[in-house]
Amino acid sequence: MTAERSGAEILIQALTDLGVEVVFGYPGGAVLPIYDALFRQDKIRHILVRQEGGAAHAAEGYARATGKPGVVLVTSGPGATNAVTGIADALMDSIPMVVITGQVPTALIGTDAFQECDTVGITRHCTKHNYLVKDPARIGEVVHEAFHIATSGRPGPVVIDLPKDVQVATAGYTRPDAPVAHRSYKPQVNPDARLIEAAVEMLAAAERPILYTGGGIINAGPTASLMLQQLQALCGAPVTSTLMGLGCFPASHPAFLGMLGMHGTYEANHSMHDADLILCLGARFDDRVTGRLDAFSPKSKKIHVDIDRSSINKNVRVDLGIVGDVGVAMADMVALWKARGHERQDLTPWFARIDGWRAKQSLAYPPSVAEIMPQHAIKRLWAATNHLSPIISTEVGQHQMWAAQHFDFERPNKWLTSGGLGTMGYGLPAAIGAQIGFPDALVIDIAGEASIQMNIQEMATALQYELPVKVFILNNEYMGMVRQWQDLTYAGRHSHSYSEALPDFVKLAEAYGWTGIRIQKPDELDDGIAQMLAVKGPVMVDCRVSKMTNCFPMIPSGAAHTEMLMQAEEVSGEMDDAARALV
Amino acid sequence: MQIPPQASERHTLSVTVDNEAGILARIAGMFSARGYNIESLTVADVTEDAAISRITVVTSGPPSVIEQIIAQLDRLVPVHRVTDLTAWGPHVTRELALVKVAGVGDHRIEAMRLAEVYRARVVDATIGSFVFEVTGTPEKIDKFTELMREVGLVEVARTGVVAITRGREAV
Repeated sequence: MTAERSGAEILIQALTDLGVEVVFGYPGGAVLPIYDALFRQDKIRHILVRQEGGAAHAAEGYARATGKPGVVLVTSGPGATNAVTGIADALMDSIPMVVITGQVPTALIGTDAFQECDTVGITRHCTKHNYLVKDPARIGEVVHEAFHIATSGRPGPVVIDLPKDVQVATAGYTRPDAPVAHRSYKPQVNPDARLIEAAVEMLAAAERPILYTGGGIINAGPTASLMLQQLQALCGAPVTSTLMGLGCFPASHPAFLGMLGMHGTYEANHSMHDADLILCLGARFDDRVTGRLDAFSPKSKKIHVDIDRSSINKNVRVDLGIVGDVGVAMADMVALWKARGHERQDLTPWFARIDGWRAKQSLAYPPSVAEIMPQHAIKRLWAATNHLSPIISTEVGQHQMWAAQHFDFERPNKWLTSGGLGTMGYGLPAAIGAQIGFPDALVIDIAGEASIQMNIQEMATALQYELPVKVFILNNEYMGMVRQWQDLTYAGRHSHSYSEALPDFVKLAEAYGWTGIRIQKPDELDDGIAQMLAVKGPVMVDCRVSKMTNCFPMIPSGAAHTEMLMQAEEVSGEMDDAARALV
Repeated sequence: MQIPPQASERHTLSVTVDNEAGILARIAGMFSARGYNIESLTVADVTEDAAISRITVVTSGPPSVIEQIIAQLDRLVPVHRVTDLTAWGPHVTRELALVKVAGVGDHRIEAMRLAEVYRARVVDATIGSFVFEVTGTPEKIDKFTELMREVGLVEVARTGVVAITRGREAV
């Protein structure tokens, strides 16, 4: 047993032993002992955000870009509740994160003490797991266990609630030699060999196969993305990706069909619909992907590889469910395919059909000389930056979908977006987190003028740490996706979706010590982007785009993959109650 | 607009969990958060060192929902094992109820007679009341309380279901 030290010091030592380099946080009464312990060490860097929600999203961005777990430190009560949105977001998108929350002293728990809230109660169902630690001697063990749970299996957020007296009380701490096998939590990493065999045989026999890939491949690490390319090279199948999976397969590859789902490409959705085999790799048949379930890919056999058993058969019944790490599963498939000496099927007829769908050019948009088309702005941004392999974050809404459609990603960990929870305000703090992880990278938050205001205070964080993040606002003065749904469903009754009082974003940028740039005309676009890239520090670009443009193609909620709307003119205007009830 | 109903079946699940603070909230909360039914839920520690609790849940839903419930329970960190006893095969299901009946004269005599038929024990008696203890399947207890209603039922307390497989094997 080592010498006794305070709970706060044990926490910091355990974090250090786990290799934590950076913590995103905000101090407060119930974490003062931890902040004092942080002050007296130099291993862990603390990034002071401006609101706890910013800390959680910054940790998400850091985790998504670096592959390492994000760590958050906030106080009790409002500190914890402010972080809840980011925690729920991390759960939905399977982001490894450990959140340490202060709590009132154990004797005051349950007395409605100042800044008390039931943090473990509130976060129980938006974490992968959570702890209330009442004994300083357990802190070390809990912290190590929390990191193991957050980073293994299907990654997710873990909350550790630490009462203030437990931070002050002393105990011994010994660094664990190796990760101890957990009593009950044992995620299955290696897939069952017989199931892999069945999958390879099905894949080898398929005439119209498609690889439906998702964020699980990004979570499985960069080698999983390489393994996907190997598997694709062997079987020759076309590849589509979910919003969360963008970058796991190079967008420039001829077999890449683009994103699928509600705002996916015509070719991706039609290929899913007409495939005879769907191999789902680290995706989860989300409602935004499947469209109407009873019309979803009716002719295909379906194989689903997922590390989370509960994802299999949750929304869509599959013919073969494989529980395991998707990277390992793909490596096993590649090895077995080679060992069996399989020849790929002649997929020429299949690709000929796909070319027919591609000819629709579903991402085309009407050009304009009078105003900046938002899609065009994204394409120009891509053209100006893709050689720098930038990290792109987004907020949530039309700009997010346009970025997903028009910004092409060649590599994983370059695309940070709130997919499952759809959290407006994610992009700026996520960009900050990514920039902390990669100080020299070009990090751009593609934003909307409504979303950016939800965590605008984090501009000060970027300034304090000299983070050269770029915020590129597609400003159409509307909550565009809300307006788009009102156009589709409520005959264009734009109930509260217009921002009547917007700040002057250029002046706002200057007030925060950033550089502000306004782009108003199509002929200013390339210059404005070049100007943004030339500035060493943080830049906010207010790019005024076409106000009424909506995002297409689109599968309306509750429609099938074959019922895509391609253009604004196809929008019906009013829908019945059943359609209105759909999300 | 109408929300269509779905065909449902009843399953008894046995769940072994770490006996730690908040575990019941974790289990019950998962059911409510995902909109699953709990018809009965019982919990008690079952190992010598009181480290493991056994939870018996009776739930209902379409087969796909039952499969999801099992998978969702199984992925909770403190859950060791989930067994679907209904799918497993023959198992014994028991519940205990305390049934208070008040009355005089014929009602009192009839209550005693019915209690004998149902092998209920008298655990408290006054001049004007009995408390019966009855164990059995939930259906048997339903039936007993229904009969007692005719002869002066005052109140009922039930434990919820516990269940175990038949034969020598443990789950």
